[in-house]
Amino acid sequence: MEKKKVLVIGSGPIIIGQAAEFDYAGTQACQSLREEGYEVVLVNSNPATIMTDRDIADRVYIEPISLEFVTEIIRKERPYGVLATLGGQVGLNMAVELSEAGVLKEYDVKLLGTILEAIKQAEDRELFKEAMKRINQPVPESDIFSDVAEAVDFANRIGYPIIIRPAYTLGGTGGGIAHNEEEMYMIALRGIKLSPIHQILVERSVAGWKEVEYEVMRDRADNCIIVCNMENIDPVGVHTGDSVVVAPSQTLNDTQYQMLRTASVDIIRYLEIEGGCNVQYALDPYSNQYYVIEVNPRVSRSSALASKATGYPIAKVAAKVAIGMTLDEITNAVTGETKACFEPSLDYVVTKFPRWPFEKFNLADRTLGTQMKATGEVMAIDRTLEGSLLKAIRSLEIGLDHIELKKIAHETPEQLIERLQLVDDERLYVIAQALRVGISVEKICYITKINSFFINKIKNIVMVEKDLAANGVTESNLRLAKKYSFPDKVIARYANCSPEDVLAKRNVLNIHPTYKYVDTCAAEFEAHTPYYYSAYATEDEVVPRGENSVIVLGSGPIRIGQGVEFDYCSVHSSWALRKVGMKSIIINNNPETVSTDFDTSDSLYFEPLTVDDVMEIIRKENPVGVIAQFGGQTAINLAGPLAERGVNILGTSVDRIDMAEDRERFDELLAKLEIPRPVGALVTSDEEALEAAKRLQYPLIVRPSYVLGGRAMEIVYNDQELDRYMKEAVVASKDHPVLIDRYMVGMEVEVDAISDGIDVCIPGIMEQIERAGVHSGDSIAVYPAQHLTEELTEQIVDYTRRIAIGLNVKGVLNIQYIVVNGELHVIEVNPRSSRTVPFISKVTGINMVEYATRIALGETLESLGLPTGLVPARPHVAVKAPVFSFSKMGLVEIALGPEMKSTGEVMGIGRTYADALFKAIHGANMRIPDKGNILMTVADRDKEEAARLAKGFIDLGYHIMATGGTGRYFTEHGVDCTVVNKISEGNPNCADFIREGKVDLMLNTLTYGKKPEREGFQLRRLAVEMGVPCLTSLDTAREVLHVVASRATAGDVITVDAVQDYEME
Amino acid sequence: MTGKLVLENGTIFEGTLLGGMPIVGEVVFNTGMTGYQEILTDPSYADQIITLTYPLVGNYGVTREVDQSSKPYCKAMIVGELCTFPSNWQNEGTFEEYMRTHGIPCLYNVDTRAITRAIRSHGVMKGVICPTDTPQEKIDALLAQPLATDHIMRVTTKWEGHRGSDSAEFHVAVFDFGVKENILQSLENEGCRLTIFPANTKAETVMACNPDGIFLSNGPGDPKDVPEIVEEIKKLVGKKPIFGICMGHQLIARAFGGETYKLRFGHRGSNHPVKDLDTNRVHITSQNHGYAVDEASLEGSGLRVSHRSVNDGTVEGLVHNDLPIMSVQYHPEASPGPTDNVYLFERFKTLMRRG
Repeated sequence: MEKKKVLVIGSGPIIIGQAAEFDYAGTQACQSLREEGYEVVLVNSNPATIMTDRDIADRVYIEPISLEFVTEIIRKERPYGVLATLGGQVGLNMAVELSEAGVLKEYDVKLLGTILEAIKQAEDRELFKEAMKRINQPVPESDIFSDVAEAVDFANRIGYPIIIRPAYTLGGTGGGIAHNEEEMYMIALRGIKLSPIHQILVERSVAGWKEVEYEVMRDRADNCIIVCNMENIDPVGVHTGDSVVVAPSQTLNDTQYQMLRTASVDIIRYLEIEGGCNVQYALDPYSNQYYVIEVNPRVSRSSALASKATGYPIAKVAAKVAIGMTLDEITNAVTGETKACFEPSLDYVVTKFPRWPFEKFNLADRTLGTQMKATGEVMAIDRTLEGSLLKAIRSLEIGLDHIELKKIAHETPEQLIERLQLVDDERLYVIAQALRVGISVEKICYITKINSFFINKIKNIVMVEKDLAANGVTESNLRLAKKYSFPDKVIARYANCSPEDVLAKRNVLNIHPTYKYVDTCAAEFEAHTPYYYSAYATEDEVVPRGENSVIVLGSGPIRIGQGVEFDYCSVHSSWALRKVGMKSIIINNNPETVSTDFDTSDSLYFEPLTVDDVMEIIRKENPVGVIAQFGGQTAINLAGPLAERGVNILGTSVDRIDMAEDRERFDELLAKLEIPRPVGALVTSDEEALEAAKRLQYPLIVRPSYVLGGRAMEIVYNDQELDRYMKEAVVASKDHPVLIDRYMVGMEVEVDAISDGIDVCIPGIMEQIERAGVHSGDSIAVYPAQHLTEELTEQIVDYTRRIAIGLNVKGVLNIQYIVVNGELHVIEVNPRSSRTVPFISKVTGINMVEYATRIALGETLESLGLPTGLVPARPHVAVKAPVFSFSKMGLVEIALGPEMKSTGEVMGIGRTYADALFKAIHGANMRIPDKGNILMTVADRDKEEAARLAKGFIDLGYHIMATGGTGRYFTEHGVDCTVVNKISEGNPNCADFIREGKVDLMLNTLTYGKKPEREGFQLRRLAVEMGVPCLTSLDTAREVLHVVASRATAGDVITVDAVQDYEME
Repeated sequence: MTGKLVLENGTIFEGTLLGGMPIVGEVVFNTGMTGYQEILTDPSYADQIITLTYPLVGNYGVTREVDQSSKPYCKAMIVGELCTFPSNWQNEGTFEEYMRTHGIPCLYNVDTRAITRAIRSHGVMKGVICPTDTPQEKIDALLAQPLATDHIMRVTTKWEGHRGSDSAEFHVAVFDFGVKENILQSLENEGCRLTIFPANTKAETVMACNPDGIFLSNGPGDPKDVPEIVEEIKKLVGKKPIFGICMGHQLIARAFGGETYKLRFGHRGSNHPVKDLDTNRVHITSQNHGYAVDEASLEGSGLRVSHRSVNDGTVEGLVHNDLPIMSVQYHPEASPGPTDNVYLFERFKTLMRRG
């Protein structure tokens, strides 16, 4: 019998509001469908994912998720059905588009799972309201508007505060809370513009009420279950994605719990959802009145959390339900005996904590509201809420080991009370500090509206601190501190002793964590899935994996600079270990990932990635070694401290990792290997910096010596800017020197290689489109490099080999080169997995992580049968393009620079460069119209190049608008353009044209300085707010021109091919 | 005060003790995440020591409104952590005070998951809760005591009672074997006037009030311990529609010659899936039972299985092939637990309507 074919739609690039959770969901869905004998076709443009691995689906299309492309895939593959409810909002919107465009009908494709009608009823505000009314579920007074003035009138009538939510946008993009008419006007204007259907919902605010969520599943037989309920510590008003959330709910009594449970069941039944669904409520803290706030008729971020919080594999089950199975037919994978038709019971507390990108965006507005700002999240499990909260905080990797913020340590009670009014990412730390200085629980509750239960829990933590400070470490306070999961160094800090003292005392008293199962059933049945967490309790139920085990350190929360690509690497490393007969143990704390699925490894420890927490697991498991090269900076940072404690780090040695990261040792190495690099210096004071600048000459690239994603990296052009940087951006010291390098303009080239310390295998070389100075993570990358001479290529291979051998690399390494005037320089060497590893692995068909893992275990390139040197380029081209989330972040600079800003990436793959580039740019949602107006305003140094580009666009039928200097230059140089006013030159000006929708594309390059008052900054922000594509690099613009030109000759022809169709050998 | 739980098999769990006297009881666990007060006051737990698997207890305090009986009949509670700062608008005091007031000892700061696992692997056991320094002989003596068999007579009402409006559509005679408040409330809400009888009431007395239907309630203990009640039920069979819940369900089975047996560690929680074999739909139910009806023993009895546990396949509901008799092993009245099953009260009304 022919297998039924199903098309699964993925969620595309990672952006704020849609992170790695859909890689987890999509991967589970594909596997689940194949288990049932289906042939799976997958479309997803995000190469950094497990789901786009060629083994996950029968046919994997790494193509843009747009109507044109998905239609073409459907035409080619003719699937029986399409599954769109596991691809986030992107997948859901795609399903709606396909249906409305008649594609599903034309090709006779069935929409699997939830019917379109249900999706619309949940998504369309008006239909939703009507539906809720019909089943007597209360919703806040609200109305839909597509006209700003009418919206403002309505708001004035029902009274402020008012919540504004644009329809069909991710993570509440463009929404907000208005407290007065003026704010109302601004938010409504923006919301209508950003909504793809130009609609906003204007609604009575229930800010301050309890926010509670239920994850519900339903099958076609109408069986319904609640997987999990969750309570937000932050009351209504903060987007749930930005809220600290606990599961299960803590302050609802059974009556309230069941009232909302029943409502959830009524809602999912009425909407006839088949699969997973998320319902959000606002519950009055002073009565049992509630409102239904939102229904997500699909697997969501909360489902991923609920799934990891309970052990119930929501996505797997939802996929089976979508193809018509009923919950009582599906086995509960955790027990292996019982069925998926039950409600998990937790016997622990889960805390989810959002990870915000504010440290990267100094100017970003840190206030939290209805628009989600977090890029990722962590989850922690413990038998106490205090323990779960503290574990979550130290999992965030924001420099905190405790609920304690140094910078507010000396604030007065008055200052703290003032700080408490702010709803921002630091609120819980401020609460802890307020409790430390004696501000009452009642007062804090009154100001923050956070339930006193949670404040009292934080107070419990503070009480332990005080006990430690007053009495030193005693058995009783030590036991309690550990029950609350205080790390040794925090105990030591309060008790004024050393962490070694604390550990010694613990050893004497035998105070070590026990490990417990996450089993969906509170121990009622025996669990078979090896999913564990720590608790300071009496019984340890986990049996160690034995002598053949290896620990793979995960990469923690998704953040800018460390995305899902490192999870991809951890997962592959775990799979490689299993393949060679080792037992893999994963430690990670990110609920959105495939690595934290209970069947990715032999044992999963859901724990913070800190030295203390990892050492306890090592103490228990006694593994052969630890693999640290795949978990990004998170894991590599642990390698040194673990090695110091006698742990065997597999692969490249800690000493050699340090050699690559330590500026002076690295310089020595390169000198010895006779490899050039841009001249630079290491300075520890402002004076030294200015001194060095004289020697090196401007422009210079400056950055702190510890870097992740180019954090706090800048290009400076003169003494003034350098001085400002040294004073404001970093504090240089002996321990934290600042690196200063000559900024060289040239072509950047990047290499990922595998080495066994004897030789090297280079799967491919990538070339970056944007010139050096733009962070490589924000740059468009092309495989294979298009502009390298044979000589340079040979030199790259040679340098790479020398460095790999010099560092005795056993595993992967990543090198960034720059070519200036035909000369090759090394910019950076990372003896660990990089963000391009999944991309290179996918386009070359060489599973780098598997080979690297096996080399770390002792195999060699030769024993693995890998070729040495550069693997010949495959006969196709792939382009990786960055994707940004600027519209979610108020007031951040969007111009590209040395500091990484993108949140995700897409890949375009084709037979030609032009085709691949088109797909990448299209997939990155840079939709450039065929004709239209391009507004150009560029810095003096860029004018000549911009003029050439302008001419190119004009030849293709575009019209150019330019401001002041740019306009004059163009006119003088024969470029036909309309000169428009700058903002300061009166109306109508360029900003007005953007607001009126008269600008289709903007090219704006950075003048010096990054102060927001500058006009360029305002213009760029405006473009983001109004959804106008804005390019800030001439190189990007050149490639866009290239695409537009090639599309003009190609016509509307679109070709799609599955990864399996490309030649990989 | 420090205290401990000593299980029959010798395992000891140490914690903090609220209330001082050593007590013995059968140790069971409940996996519900909410509803500790409803559980505590459910008379079906008479003489048992209840372990709550959810570790944070007392978070939302207590409120008289949800009491399932006038006082708790269980022997003790075992919880992970006892919250002393409850927060909920319905809160009237802490759970700790509540247990103190009712003289229910509570062992807390213990690894309740470890206790649950001990019960799961060994089956339910007797256990003693006592201060840490209690002499072993005393503990042994307590463990040597046989479990009581007179629970129902201790928890049933002493006098006939009446509830509901005179204008109600149906008049239901309720046998109180330890009935939960919300069962009575649910019947009342469904339009029933209730006459509530002590457990040892004779069939004739019940029939004398001329009810439209007879309800057999939940209750503690082993259904084998009350053969005299089974005899009275036999007399009522065929006379009026009968609905039984939990103990009521088991007694109906026995009245038809069926057998009951003790489960290894019972079903106690708010998340148990049960399939209604008539509709093929699965409902999530609230359960509290240590005994079950033996399906094989029902052959030829006229009773057939109407509901079945999805987890272990045990009998969760019965209907009679010819007579208006129905019963379920679980708790459609919830409190605590999901309210998916109130439809059973509707079914009972349908039976009564047909007469």
